[in-house]
Amino acid sequence: MLRYVLKRFLTAIPTLFLIVTISFFLMRVAPGGPFNQEKGLNPVIKANLERQFHLDEPLVMQYLYYLNDLLHGNLGPSYNLPEFTVNELFAKGLPISIQLGATALFLALVFGSLMGIAAALRQNKPADYAVIATATAGSTIPSFVIAPLIQLAFGLGLKWLPVGGWGDGAFINKVGPVLTLMLPQLAIVARLMRGSMIESLRSHHIRTVRALGLSDYAVIIRHALRGALLPIISYAGPAAAALITGSIIVETIFAIPGVGRYFVEAALNRDYTLVMGTVVVIAIFTILFNLIVDLLYAVVDPRVRYD
Amino acid sequence: MKIQTGLKSWLVGCTMLVMTASGAFAEVVYNRGSSADPESLDPHKTSTTYEADLLRDIFMGLVVQDAKAELIPGAAESWTVSADGTVYTFKLRAGATWSNGDPVTAGDFVFAFQRLQDPATAAEYASMLYPVKNAEAINQGKAKPEEIGAKAIDDMTLEVTLNAPTPYFLEMLTHQATYPVHRATVEKFGNEWTKPGNIVSNGAYTLAEFVPNDHIKLVKNPKFYDAANVQIDTVNFIPNEDRSAAIKRYEAGELDTHDDMPTEQLADIKAKFGDQVHIGPYLGTYYYTFKTDKSPWDNVNIRRAVSMAIDREFIAEKVWGNSMIPSYSMVPPGITGYETSTFDYAEMSQIDREDAAKKLLTEAGYGPDKPLKMEIRYNTSENHKNTAVAIQEQLKPLGVEVTLLNTDTKTHYGHLEQKGDFDIARAGWIADYKDPETFLGISRKASANNYAQYVSAEFEGLMDKAAAAGGNSGERMKLLSEAEAVLMRDHGQIPLLYYSYHNLVSAKIKGFEDNVMNVHPTRFIRKE
Repeated sequence: MLRYVLKRFLTAIPTLFLIVTISFFLMRVAPGGPFNQEKGLNPVIKANLERQFHLDEPLVMQYLYYLNDLLHGNLGPSYNLPEFTVNELFAKGLPISIQLGATALFLALVFGSLMGIAAALRQNKPADYAVIATATAGSTIPSFVIAPLIQLAFGLGLKWLPVGGWGDGAFINKVGPVLTLMLPQLAIVARLMRGSMIESLRSHHIRTVRALGLSDYAVIIRHALRGALLPIISYAGPAAAALITGSIIVETIFAIPGVGRYFVEAALNRDYTLVMGTVVVIAIFTILFNLIVDLLYAVVDPRVRYD
Repeated sequence: MKIQTGLKSWLVGCTMLVMTASGAFAEVVYNRGSSADPESLDPHKTSTTYEADLLRDIFMGLVVQDAKAELIPGAAESWTVSADGTVYTFKLRAGATWSNGDPVTAGDFVFAFQRLQDPATAAEYASMLYPVKNAEAINQGKAKPEEIGAKAIDDMTLEVTLNAPTPYFLEMLTHQATYPVHRATVEKFGNEWTKPGNIVSNGAYTLAEFVPNDHIKLVKNPKFYDAANVQIDTVNFIPNEDRSAAIKRYEAGELDTHDDMPTEQLADIKAKFGDQVHIGPYLGTYYYTFKTDKSPWDNVNIRRAVSMAIDREFIAEKVWGNSMIPSYSMVPPGITGYETSTFDYAEMSQIDREDAAKKLLTEAGYGPDKPLKMEIRYNTSENHKNTAVAIQEQLKPLGVEVTLLNTDTKTHYGHLEQKGDFDIARAGWIADYKDPETFLGISRKASANNYAQYVSAEFEGLMDKAAAAGGNSGERMKLLSEAEAVLMRDHGQIPLLYYSYHNLVSAKIKGFEDNVMNVHPTRFIRKE
């Protein structure tokens, strides 16, 4: 097992290197640059700015500078926020995005699974239809609709929640964003769980354990659930990577200072170092969560072994 | 004993709570919504209006703007100008200090001016002091920072020498790029000098907290010379990118003012908030620019025909919900002493304009058999798109086949700056200082912003003459107005709309005076 984990970490290095290299050069294909704006800069001033960030040097040199910085854990200065390094921006924003995303995912996994199991056990009964309806609604209503509705209902109407803002991390400020992030995930998890649970309940080994006279509880929790969890785990890995790196929609509507906005803003602003920072961060999380998923497989499914 | 202490502190706590609630210690907090965060708090590295609002509170330049954006003395108590208009002598305010207690000296300004021009600083708005002798050469790396035309005669006297009389020089000094910086702090902390805890400033407020995309907290500076008249104790600048969400936060009382609103919902917002909605002309022009060095756009009659056929009233009303004002001149109204020169068809009815436009196109050989083809380039924005679509529809009856090309902002301006090929493109210009020069200068041959490639000896001549007439304000304004008349006659640029500010101001906020610069220093604002 340990050897497997080590091997995976070692193969992650060339993967990351490839991602960084491709992104670095792809980004530069996009027309325009960080210093193009409505008020065009005087050529002298623009040259001064470009010199400051080595943008006047050949692209290959810039790439080598970047790799060198990256190896030292330095993601570089942000072009559009010159007083912050990309490291500082992530240090401030990432914990916030992780908090919101992880809470939303955890709640979605717990409640979504429960809903899915309940639906599977009462297949084609009112409870099942209710779950399917909720799940369909949850996955079809986009978050840019849900978020303003939450603001209107709980912020302006009932006045239970603030409309927006982070409030230095006050519990009440997190409710709206977490709900918005959670609902679509909840729907997907419930649907996945329902489907895989139904399948699992119909499988041969479940018939066998039932024939052995095990209680319903033991059949469902100890045997059926174990098999049914596999699709949820495969889904949760990439979903976790996406959720904890923030959502631009939730962050802009609720005015949350997370990092989700950087994924879009940095690209639009041609803030090259920040773009690269977002790429590195999401790549690391994706690799990490894929590894966790593979390890969890081994825990849940006795057929999977890595030794 | 233990219980008694607990009880005692509980009682003290209760008393304090009651006192705070009753207002004995109530601090006045102003939650100021803004549509974006600043990019930087270093006056020499800033460029946006959001930064201008913040820095105006933290720093104080030689001259400042009052609640109505009129010039009043700032760090300089008074000044004199030499007879030829090229030497300004500023007498600094006696007793004025930095937030750490150091006196604000003429040397601080000299250091700041040198730093602004130093190529190593890479200041975006270095051009704000280009009128100062040697400034531009320093910025180009052709002269040393010490050679700048600014001299500390003594601690309290600053002498600034200009290349030529520049009547708008004092207006330029209201721009944040010209603010002083505290030398010891900048040298000690380098790039980190603007961080809370490090920064030393000389304005009515000091920086307490900066959480990107969340809030910036400023607290009243007790050392500010006019602190007795500053009524807001704490101001929180709160960025909100989502305009609709910002309105809801305002409605919930989380924001006391906000500087933007979804203009497509303007009618509803006005109905809901009444006179809390402040809309008025702002010094900015929304314009289209033809590539005038390319056929057929090098033909002034074709440019004129297209411009005439655009129904600006319709666009202002239907596309922008009257949050913009139809425009027929490059320079918006509102600059004292200046008379704008408009297109000669500004007063004509739209129907007559269309007839005239049709005639011009026919004369140029365009008609049903040979339609004029035009591509509009614009940068991503719902309203820019709707404006372009409206123009496409308005030009259809004239037989002009309009296609649209949308790119993101960086691609758009990158293409225009590199003199890429296009037919007509969208652009906008917001004044940095209150003078027609800022709007007309962008059509000069040497300007990096002259996307039209408009070149006219007559226009250049008038602009040069206006610059030479610097000392004589009336004569200069007249020459600038003549230059604008030439620009409009030639259709060097096609102004469509003037910008307007749209602020939401709570009834509790007083002293938030509407003005064409949309400048609202917190030190003049009160909250009741």
